[in-house]
Amino acid sequence: MCTTCGCGTGEVKIEGHDAHWHVHEDGTAHSHASDEHVSVSGTHYRPVNGAHQHAHDHDNSHTHEHLHFGLGAAHSHAPGMTQARIVQIERDILSKNNDYAAQNRMFFEDRSILALNLVSSPGSGKTSLLVRSIIDLNESVPLAVIEGDQQTINDAERIRATGAPAIQINTGKGCHLDAHMVGQALPKIPLPNQSILFIENVGNLVCPAAFDLGEACKVAILSVTEGEDKPLKYPDMFQAARLMLLNKCDLLPHLNFDVDLAEENARRVNPMIEIIRVSATTGEGIDEWLAWIECQRKAILVKQQGKSPIHQHSRTELNVRQTVA
Amino acid sequence: MHEMSLAEGVLQIIEDAARSQDFAKVKSVVLEIGQIAAIEIEAMRFCFDAVMRGSIADGAILEIVSLPGTGWCMQCAITVPIVEQYAACPECGSYQVQPVTGTEMRVKELEVE
Repeated sequence: MCTTCGCGTGEVKIEGHDAHWHVHEDGTAHSHASDEHVSVSGTHYRPVNGAHQHAHDHDNSHTHEHLHFGLGAAHSHAPGMTQARIVQIERDILSKNNDYAAQNRMFFEDRSILALNLVSSPGSGKTSLLVRSIIDLNESVPLAVIEGDQQTINDAERIRATGAPAIQINTGKGCHLDAHMVGQALPKIPLPNQSILFIENVGNLVCPAAFDLGEACKVAILSVTEGEDKPLKYPDMFQAARLMLLNKCDLLPHLNFDVDLAEENARRVNPMIEIIRVSATTGEGIDEWLAWIECQRKAILVKQQGKSPIHQHSRTELNVRQTVA
Repeated sequence: MHEMSLAEGVLQIIEDAARSQDFAKVKSVVLEIGQIAAIEIEAMRFCFDAVMRGSIADGAILEIVSLPGTGWCMQCAITVPIVEQYAACPECGSYQVQPVTGTEMRVKELEVE
């Protein structure tokens, strides 16, 4: 009996007759032994909901069709023949990361903290933009920074030079921050209620797109020195971001960079994306960026106040803090 | 992208299941991967073999079930089949298509001993 696709259930197995032929819906025909199911090209087949035709060339020669719906595996194994059994999992591959992300998100929500995950290629000016933003915020809002890089504590030191608390995560061989790393960093930095947490991800336009850190949203930074087609080349990141900051706009007079085309490309992969043109050097657009942040913070406070009585304590705490202030 | 991390995620799920469901050997692993999920199947196979080595799923057969991709076209206001993310709507050619299905990445089931 084939323990992979479930065919041949209840049939008598004839010695020396382990292999049989399959014809798949797409026309591929192949044979396989009782314990494998590999086509000539090495592709493993398992029709989701298509019919699956089997032609058996033994004495009882017949053709039959049946529907698998993905359940055709060896639920049907004969007791005593094998100890193998099927365990239904149905878990998202990223579920472990998502569990940690959910814990982080709860941490942020309970404290009305706005967490922003800043993502971009290396060299887009994330850290310079952060430094500029922190200086312009001028301590009007409590904030902290988590810096992600493969190596060095340089970026955290640049942030700390502004007076803001920062913690560096070195991912070593890792190409992205994951929610567990961020969760471990949270108790190590001061994060009062209603503060802002900037998480500067590893410079990488690919992997960080898939890893939820528990943030309110991702902010993608694209610099005008990179090329208008970056959103098309690395669509996952721009799809995952709520806001795109087009940085280094002060350099536009010196470049052949079509800003409108870059924005059109970003909207092509993410019709909902918001876009702000900024320059960390001249300060262009920084006010608009900070206003956008304030808008996100307000949204969190409004959401928090509308919460169920379970969260009333946070609200009361908030009111007390406001009264004291 | 990051298929190595994803393969490690698969191993974590397998190890969790091994503890809760009491098995010591995994013979095959069935993954459901959407057609427009950002996973390179060949890279996943390569990383799977590397990551499973020395684990309870060492040498396990990897089966990948491909799930079809569909998207919602904002212009046509209908669900359309899409074969790659960020593709144009096959009906009107607009890029205003939001993926609906086909981005899944799931461990569906394991054959264990």
